[in-house]
Amino acid sequence: MTQPQPVFATTENHAAELDQLKRSWRHPPGITGWLSFTTHQAIGMRYIITAFIFLLIGGIEALLVRFQLAYPNSHFLGPDRYNEIFTIHGTTMMFLFAVPMMEGMAIYLVPLMLGTRNVAFPRLNAFGYWMYLFGCIFLYWGIFSNSAPDAGWFSYPPLAGPQFDPGKRVDFWCQMITWTEVSAMCVAAELIATIFKMRAPGMSLNRIPLYCWSMLVQSFMVIFAMPAVMIASSMLLVDRTSGTNFVNPAEGGDPILYQHVFWFFGHPEVYIIFIPALGFVSSIIVAHGRRQIFGYPALVLSLVANGFVAFGLWVHHMFATGLPQIGEAYFTAASMMIAITSGVQIFCWIATLWTGRLRMTTALHFVFGFIAIFALGGLTGVMLAAVPLDLQAHDTFFVVAHFHYVLIGGAVFPLMGAFYHWFPKMTGRLLNETLGKWNFWVLFIGFNLTFFPMHILGLKGMTRRIYTYPTEMGWGPLNLLATYGACILALGGVMFIANVLRSRKVGAIAGDNPWDADSLEWAASSPPENYNFEYLPVATSRYPLWVPHEDRAVVTGLRNDRREVLSTTLMDAQPHHRYVLPGPSIWPLLTAISVSVGFAGSVFNNWYIVWGSVLTGICLIAWFWPRRPLELKP
Amino acid sequence: MSAAKTLVITLCFSGLLTLSACAGHQQSAIDPTGPQSGQIATLFWFFTFLLTAIFIVVLALALWTLMRRHRGIEQEPLEITHLPSPATETKLARIVTVATIASVIILFILLVSSVVTGKSIADLSTRKNALVIELTGNQWWWQVQYDNPDASRILITANEIHIPVGRPVEILGRSNDVIHSFWVPNLHGKRDLIPSRVTNEWIEADQPGAFRGQCAEFCGLQHAHMSLWVIAEPEAKFDSWFNAQLKPALAPSDPARQRGQQVFLNHECIFCHSIRGTAAAGQVAPDLTHFASRRGIAANTLPNNLGNLGGWIVDPQSVKPGNHMATVALASQDLQPLLEYLEGLQ
Repeated sequence: MTQPQPVFATTENHAAELDQLKRSWRHPPGITGWLSFTTHQAIGMRYIITAFIFLLIGGIEALLVRFQLAYPNSHFLGPDRYNEIFTIHGTTMMFLFAVPMMEGMAIYLVPLMLGTRNVAFPRLNAFGYWMYLFGCIFLYWGIFSNSAPDAGWFSYPPLAGPQFDPGKRVDFWCQMITWTEVSAMCVAAELIATIFKMRAPGMSLNRIPLYCWSMLVQSFMVIFAMPAVMIASSMLLVDRTSGTNFVNPAEGGDPILYQHVFWFFGHPEVYIIFIPALGFVSSIIVAHGRRQIFGYPALVLSLVANGFVAFGLWVHHMFATGLPQIGEAYFTAASMMIAITSGVQIFCWIATLWTGRLRMTTALHFVFGFIAIFALGGLTGVMLAAVPLDLQAHDTFFVVAHFHYVLIGGAVFPLMGAFYHWFPKMTGRLLNETLGKWNFWVLFIGFNLTFFPMHILGLKGMTRRIYTYPTEMGWGPLNLLATYGACILALGGVMFIANVLRSRKVGAIAGDNPWDADSLEWAASSPPENYNFEYLPVATSRYPLWVPHEDRAVVTGLRNDRREVLSTTLMDAQPHHRYVLPGPSIWPLLTAISVSVGFAGSVFNNWYIVWGSVLTGICLIAWFWPRRPLELKP
Repeated sequence: MSAAKTLVITLCFSGLLTLSACAGHQQSAIDPTGPQSGQIATLFWFFTFLLTAIFIVVLALALWTLMRRHRGIEQEPLEITHLPSPATETKLARIVTVATIASVIILFILLVSSVVTGKSIADLSTRKNALVIELTGNQWWWQVQYDNPDASRILITANEIHIPVGRPVEILGRSNDVIHSFWVPNLHGKRDLIPSRVTNEWIEADQPGAFRGQCAEFCGLQHAHMSLWVIAEPEAKFDSWFNAQLKPALAPSDPARQRGQQVFLNHECIFCHSIRGTAAAGQVAPDLTHFASRRGIAANTLPNNLGNLGGWIVDPQSVKPGNHMATVALASQDLQPLLEYLEGLQ
């Protein structure tokens, strides 16, 4: 498992240089120092851990929902609690777990895979994390002060409007969106800049790892989709807090406008969650199938096409509102097109696996689980694209089954695979493979037991978001089965946590490249140093660690006494100029606090927007206060 | 191990669905009883069988990689280049291209079949002789109004729609508060009821029967208890039902029910409910003129009988927490006459 020689060549006698590099990338000490970190590994890990905590919270909420529905006429939760819990479950999973988790993984992995030292805007990165964290805290503050939102994760007006949902509940939901979307936009901007301008020399567009391609597509989607949801939630919020009537039908506002704007975000959101997962799958298949990916251009083009088409099919969430038929046909066709691009990707992966030399690791188990579950979820998606079928299946448990197959199968299974694949890089120790395979089978069986019966429940008339149902409907047995399945699924989650906790202490030492994988992150030490690479690597191939050792090259000549990286050209990644990244700073945190004062306060009093803006302005001045260049320091 | 498990699940997909179709139900999308739902169900089975076949093929191809691992491929020295021979790559390219073209063709077939079905369902809505029903969603009950050019033949009732078999019915959907959705799966798919808009949907029953429907768009606390019955009857039976419903409530003859009527008229009931033929003319809650002829109480939360009605009137919040019916303070000797009066409103 250990490397016989350094992965890349090094110069002689570099101890002093290395020492200098370590010093310029050192984390500042103390609590204030900890709050000032700007390295991508630290921020990425914070995202991953926070998002994982919210996965657990969202999972507990899901269990409560399942317990309530296990038997007909159940009184476990009342209607009020039930509505709160399914709203928070959806909101937590979409906004506080899925998107931030994918972003955290990308913040951690993308600079390593590209062979650079940090993301392009490290302080913005820190700011983005704090915004995300404060958004989480705000929503859960509402929940624990008995103001949990209860109008669904989509908050349709007029149900979510001031007339039918008085109090602060939906306000908490609306404003939480603003925080998390600001955070997502920060990450998208820095990932695009990083992928376009900070790749290892030689890593031309056609050599970018597929995972980085998927994050590039995802980031562009975030930039176009997220403003839409912020507009939707802000219209609703000002309707609620300031008496506007954007979406209030009683005063001439239009609730269908809200649905259009919301789903213009809401559908791409699904792809924002699962496109990064497609990148995980490609990485895992190459490393554990020990074979170059088949159909790289087709895979890249499919990802890009997915990104575009994703914006053309939001109306399939609104077929039941009664839109003109010709428009519906267009959206049916667009929705089915997604199946073509997804199909191409699955075919390419299967072709790669066919001719690879598979190592049946846990990570690859999760890829097979992904193919099985995601294929089924995708095919039920084709059914939902057909207007007549959607009119029957819409807002029933059939749809609940469908999107859990797509989101858990399409995103969480690859994510679990990614944890098993990259855990050694992040911690230096391997996760236990035996426990891992048990983990996979428990999750796979639990998942299918939970969600497969829901297809049938939906067809047999069980609508979504009902807190109970009469015995005569005959939905009891399948619901009970689904609840048992959910318990098995939860057991799988506990097994994973146990594996992580155990392996962190006693797991096998991983070494730099335990899987003999191809991409640059495996050239860094495990866990990576703050500066990732002593010498920035050069990508001489699409699979830089699979070229013979003598053909590998590194960049020399960068200054080690400051956080310097190489900026390269967009197309061919020719070295362009040297670029100094800013170091640790407390100002991103203070700015995030100032913005949060404005956001949180504005729910209660509009003047807080002014106070928050003033504070934010002060913080930004301090953040961008010019510093003397290093050379001029006495 | 992996193969066996996934195969079982694959078989379940068609197996369980077929099984559930045989079970039969009064609120089921796969037990169609009308031309609209019939066409949708046909399309559904076409999609299901085609897509299940594709699913099985994809899974088989994926699992085949596990078998092939043990033979043939190992001979190619992947360690050095991590790439099989160009001949293998070309072969793979051909297979992937064929698979892609095949999926495009299949999706095109599905698209055409979906659009054709949609068109043919839409064509069902241009026929004459239709019954027009205005359906208004409220938190959490349905107001049903039979339109008629003759104003004296406009009928208002609640939570139960009677329709004649074999005659098209146009449902005009409105809402008084939030968005609801009308869904009687045995007859047709959903149509949202949206405040400030009028939506429409055509339904038709091709056999007599009682079909249950339920609000499908989340509408607040009692979304779960907002159901309705569509009762399809032969034309003659429907007509007699309709004419009976048009009549005002009969004045009660026996003293207990007369007393019950006075209890009703002297309490808050009349602010919300109307009973034609009496002074009660409230407009914000279900019309009770022929309450006793209906199957359920509180938008079919409970079956309609004396005991359930008593429980509902005494403590509506424990039956349907959050609903908008006022808890009326009744003297203990008033309850029984009131119940008898209401249950006599045939």
